[in-house]
Formats: sequence, structure tokens, C-alpha cells
Amino acid sequence: MNAQPTTVGTKPAARRRRSGLFSDPLMGYLFTLPVIVSLSVFLIGPIIYAFFLSFQSFTFLDPEGAQFVGLDNYLKLFEDERFHRALFNTSIYSLGVIPVQVSIALVLALIVNSKIKGKTFFRVAYFLPTVTSTVAVSVMFLFLFKKDGLLNHFLGWFGIPARSWFDDVTFALPSIMVMAVWSTVGQFMVIYLAGLQDIPDDLYEAAQIDGANRWQQFWYITLPMLKPTTFFIVVMSIIGTFQVFDQMYVISGGDGGPLDATLTVVLYLYNKAFKDFEMGYASAIAFFLFCVILILTLIQRKFFGEEMRM
Amino acid sequence: MKRLLVRVLFYTIVIGYAVITVGPFLWSLFTAFKMTPDINTLWVPLDRLTLANFENIVLSDEYPFARWFWNSLIVAAIVTAGNVIFNSMAGYALARINFPGRRVLFLIVLAVMMVPGQVILVPMYMLLSELDWINTYAGLTVPFLTQGFGIFLMRQFFLSIPRDLEEAGFLDGLSRWGVFWRIVLPLSKPALAAQTIFMFMGNWNSFMWPNLLTTSEEMYTLPVGLNSLYGEYDAFWNHVLAGAMFMTIPVIIVFIIFQRHFIKGLATTGLK
Repeated sequence: MNAQPTTVGTKPAARRRRSGLFSDPLMGYLFTLPVIVSLSVFLIGPIIYAFFLSFQSFTFLDPEGAQFVGLDNYLKLFEDERFHRALFNTSIYSLGVIPVQVSIALVLALIVNSKIKGKTFFRVAYFLPTVTSTVAVSVMFLFLFKKDGLLNHFLGWFGIPARSWFDDVTFALPSIMVMAVWSTVGQFMVIYLAGLQDIPDDLYEAAQIDGANRWQQFWYITLPMLKPTTFFIVVMSIIGTFQVFDQMYVISGGDGGPLDATLTVVLYLYNKAFKDFEMGYASAIAFFLFCVILILTLIQRKFFGEEMRM
Repeated sequence: MKRLLVRVLFYTIVIGYAVITVGPFLWSLFTAFKMTPDINTLWVPLDRLTLANFENIVLSDEYPFARWFWNSLIVAAIVTAGNVIFNSMAGYALARINFPGRRVLFLIVLAVMMVPGQVILVPMYMLLSELDWINTYAGLTVPFLTQGFGIFLMRQFFLSIPRDLEEAGFLDGLSRWGVFWRIVLPLSKPALAAQTIFMFMGNWNSFMWPNLLTTSEEMYTLPVGLNSLYGEYDAFWNHVLAGAMFMTIPVIIVFIIFQRHFIKGLATTGLK
């Protein structure tokens, strides 16, 4: 214990001299006080409580009757077929949306980054769906995709029979996937755009001198240079797609129908907690989701760790 | 000849995709002006279009859209103001002030960024009902006044400001708060603009929390209101879509005005 103070004591002193700023605990705490209070009360406290709840049989209707049930809630995840369905749907959604979303975003970024007329117009047009609320987008697509809607009129020209896309067990989820791609591509296009603008021009100049054509330049310079951006986008997109809720809630009227075809993990969690009032089990689902997202974020951090250092 | 063909193909894709993104808005807007019997008619002559649907949703008592608009505005404004102020203060302290526990606090901020909001749905609901805050402005705003990601972004930005300017401020006799308020914040306009835009937009469009935390119609925000409107009146597509346009158009106008900041902000917050 005696040796501690000397080592601890020298370090901040050295830092102080280097920065020219004094240690200022009072100001430090005053500046961070609102955040410390808010994070403790509305985030960290609830997270700990949710963890505690996930080992309880707890319902909001009878808070006194809560019982410790050990790992039962987590074990139930392995047996609950509706949960498996929700997980399956979410995975399909994620796997279907991401490749399409990323490819379109890249193509659009290349277009908006090239020398075309009306660049600003196209940039705004492509980005528009991203700023619109998911509820408004869902309502617009419900209208477009209904049985006598515009989409079916259009498909009718090619002899494709009209159907009510969002009420169809087979097509409900794919239709929401189309909508998801439509509404999020703009966001990833912009991130790609930033990535494209960071590629140094001399790389292309050197390639031109070596006689590389446009396609070769894209394949051997642009694509490899965009690798970190692509990786970042894919991870962000997995995290986002695993938390999908709004669209399914609006389109299915909250129940994930028809026949659980649009039931996702978060929608299931929401219904378990606030319709069936199985709050303990809902918390276990929440921690399952947390683990999935934690693993993904850690992978991302490993590759983008630079930013995080003190 | 081949060059021309490539150009034609290129512009077909460019314009085609713009039709895909803008088309649904235009179609919804067009329908929002149609009279009820015309909803499913593809083409309606322009003189049969009407403003009645918009009047109906905003002015009539049947649809309290004006009220929902007001709720959305208040909630988004308070949450945005809170985040911009508190996240900047905390971000500045984490970037520049030496105090015991700074490192731990920063690690906590990084850690909570990884927790999806859905994890705390249940405990937050219980906490807010304990406080009697369900269905109140307090419940819709107070829990959301700070955000890990926002703190992190502000800290990163403050680290990039040259220290000399701040030190000059101290030499001139400014206090810590004075340096923060008069020197650091004015230099941080781009970051503050980006933070304001994203917080406001995110809150204006958010659905899951207000849907859970409001129980009566007069406390709904626009997305919650629109969802309930669709649920009840899905035959009156012209009314529903007028509602969708009513909540979307202000955002689009703001976006078009600030699109430079917006896209720059997204690009930088997305990657750096």
C-alpha cells in the first residue's frame, strides 16, 4: 500500500506538465454530472435490473409473486418455437437485406461521386427515404403494395397476378425486406461516399499511367480501398437489422402476422413483455439480443479500435 | 457509338433509381389530394383534387393531428436540447479536463453504446410507471436527455480542436466554463449542427418508445398517431396518406435546406 502513492502520484504530474492543464476534479464532475445521473438512473440501473429480472418469473400484474427461477428463462429460449420462428425471420431478414443494401449503396455512391449533371438532385433524391419515419414509410408501402395498389397495376403489365403482398404468408417478409432496402440505402450510400472521397487521387493517376482501364481501376483500387468502409457498413447493418421492430409492428398491426411470418426478435420481446406480461422471459430474450449485438460490436471494435483509445 | 450506349445506360440507372426513391412520395402525395371515391383510380384530373383531406386531419376533432404535431415538436425539441448541451459538456470533460474517474467514465460510455435500447424496455416501463410518468411529457423526454454515442462523438470532436486556443483563453483569465462556452463551443458548430440534426430527426421519427410510453390519444406523437390512424381508418387512404405527408414534408424541407451539413454529418459520424 505504501508504494502505491508514489507511482500514482508521479503519473498525473507528468501528464499535467505535458498538457499544461491542471487536474480539476470539481469542474470534471460538474461537467459530467448530468450525464452521470442520467446514465445511472435511466440506463445502467435498468440494465442491471433487466439482468436480475431475466432470472425471475415476473409479471407486471403480480409484482409480489416474483420468484427466482434460475436459468429457466434462458433454457426456455431453446424450446420456444415461436422464439425460433422470430429468430429465423430476423436472420432471413438480415441475410436478405444486407447484401442487396450494400451493393446498391456502393453503386449509388459511385454514381453520385462521378461527374454527372444534377449531382445534388440525385444525392438528395437517393437520400430522401432515409430521413422519412419508418411509420410513414410503412404506411406508404402498405398503400403501394395492397391488392389494387400501384405495384400490382405495374406487375399486371407483365402478366403477374395481383396479390395482397403484406397479407401473404410467403411474401409478407420479403416485401418488408424490399421496403427496408429502399429506406436505408441512402444512409450507407453517404458513408460509402465519404470512403470514396478518402481514396487518394494519385492512386488512380498511377493506374492510368500503367494503362489500367476504368473497370480495372474499380476492381484493383476502389474496391480494395473501400474494404474497411464495407466492413463497417456490414456490421452496422447487421446490428440495425437485428433490432428491427417498427416496420413489422405497423404492417402486421403488432402481432407479427400473417401466421408469425413477420415476427421478429424485438417484436416477440415486446409482445411477451407488454401483451403476455411475461417480463422475466422477455428480459431473457433481451439479453440474448444483447449478446448477439455485443459480439458484433466487439468484432467491429477490433477492426476500428483506433478511435476508442484515450 | 459504344460510349453513347454506355452513357444512355448510365443515365437510365441514375434516373430510374431516382424514380424508385421519389416515386412513392409523389404517389402518396397525389393520393393525399384525391377525394375518397377516387382513391383507387389511377389517374385523376387535377381539378378533381382537393385540400379537404389535409384540412380534415389537421382541423377536425376526429384526428388530433395538430395536437400530435405539437407533442412531437415539444418532445423532439427538449430531447435534442438536452442531448446537445449535456453530451457536449460531458464530451468536453472527457476530452480535456483531468479528474479522477475520467477513464472509468469513458469506458462506461463506450460500454453503454453497445447495449441495444430494447434491453431496458421492461425496467424502464416499470421505473416510469413507479414515477407516474407514463403518458406524460416527462416520461417521453427525461429518460432520453443524454446518449452514449452522442457523448463519444463530441469527445472525439473536441480532441481535434487545438489546445493552444484554450490555453490562450485561460491566460486571458477565462474560467473553465468561460473557455468551454466562449472558445470551444463556437469552434464546434459543425459537430453541434450534426448532433442537433440527428437527434431531432431520430426523435421526430422514433416509434417504439413513444408507442410504449403513451396510453391516450392526446399524448401520442406523430408516428404513434399515424399508426393508430392507419389501424382505425385504413379504408380512407387519402386521409391516412395526408397524415403521412403531413409528418414527412416538414422533415424533407428541413433536410433539403440543411442537406450539406446533413450528409457531411452522417458521413463523419458514420466513420470517424
